[in-house]
Amino acid sequence: MKTIQVSVVTPDGPVFEGNAKMVSAKAKSGELGVLPGHIPLVAPLTISAVRVHDVDGKTQYVAVSGGFIEVRPEKVTILAEAAEIAGDIEVDRARAAKERAEKRLAGNKQDNVDATRAEFALKRAINRIDIASKR
Amino acid sequence: MALRDIKARIDSTKKTMQITKAMEMVSAAKLNRAEQNAKSFGPYVDKIQEVVGSIASGSNAKHSMLLTRPVKKTGYFVVTADRGLAGAYNSNVLRHVYRTIQQRHKSPDEYALIVIGKVGVNFFKSRKMSILDSITGVADQPSFAEIKAIASKAVSLYADGTFDELYMYYNHFVSAIQSDLTEKKLLPLTDIAETKSKSSYEYEPSEDEILEVLLPQYAESLIYGALLDAKAAEHASRMTAMRNATDNANELIGQLTLSYNRERQAAITQEITEIVGGVAALE
Repeated sequence: MKTIQVSVVTPDGPVFEGNAKMVSAKAKSGELGVLPGHIPLVAPLTISAVRVHDVDGKTQYVAVSGGFIEVRPEKVTILAEAAEIAGDIEVDRARAAKERAEKRLAGNKQDNVDATRAEFALKRAINRIDIASKR
Repeated sequence: MALRDIKARIDSTKKTMQITKAMEMVSAAKLNRAEQNAKSFGPYVDKIQEVVGSIASGSNAKHSMLLTRPVKKTGYFVVTADRGLAGAYNSNVLRHVYRTIQQRHKSPDEYALIVIGKVGVNFFKSRKMSILDSITGVADQPSFAEIKAIASKAVSLYADGTFDELYMYYNHFVSAIQSDLTEKKLLPLTDIAETKSKSSYEYEPSEDEILEVLLPQYAESLIYGALLDAKAAEHASRMTAMRNATDNANELIGQLTLSYNRERQAAITQEITEIVGGVAALE
């Protein structure tokens, strides 16, 4: 079976490397499924899970905090500022981050910059908690 | 000098040497880790550079971060350490930045400073130069999350027109005994290498929107990369400085031991002469 090479890279180093028969991700413009031999493509991602369907029919979930996906016929590269494999997510930490962000959101409505930041942090935390439950 | 004084100096020098030796070893270990960090960051920046290059070269993409605009105010991003005892590491950067600013600008309105590291912050404060933003207490092995806030602030200050170009100053790590002072023009991104990549990409949804996401991320990653580089250089120069200190201490101990022995010998000789003299007087 044809497979496609997948790597998820962050500034702190590679997070995931492997082969897959399909990769699905959530781009800003909508859900995206990539099979081997896909035409070259670049798309920004949302804070979401990247699903790597490997050859054995198993699915690996990787939490990404935005970034973008670069597709080539034989290789998919995901560049994110932060990413974690489902199994590596520390749920307690994610929960704490969620609570922090919620508090901050409830606390100040006037400061726009902080509110946007907190909102992003909340999204990331929820995303991680979600994905951690799927391992 | 009296015997006892020399002995005390030898002891204290030995103690100092122990400390410098320990610091040298700690820095060597940290340097190792810093090099590894820089290595694991490599693939990320290479990839992002490739994609940015292929978009920038591919088309008539226009983004404010790619365009040079008339300069009213210049931003300086200066990377220093939190602590001294690293040889000329800090003073190299600071002296150069200070001179450059004096040469290029007549009034403080023409430049803005963003500083990493306590030494830099104190330097500019004592010269009454206002610092736009600073961060101190960066870990020896900084994670991207730690740097993200100041990096994205620097990028957004450029985007909202607070300054019209951004230069970065840091020590580039060459080897354990050499680091080069580097001046890098960070923004606008004029020197993107035009990669001759075979694949011309499809852009989803559009080039402009991708650049909107990609360019800030790219600029931030450049800042992070420079910081990793600077950290490696910091550990290296601290290691070298401490090695020199240890060597000096060794040499000093050698000299002191020599004069200690001489002094002791002189004392013994004198004592013998006195005894012999005393005996002669009795006979």
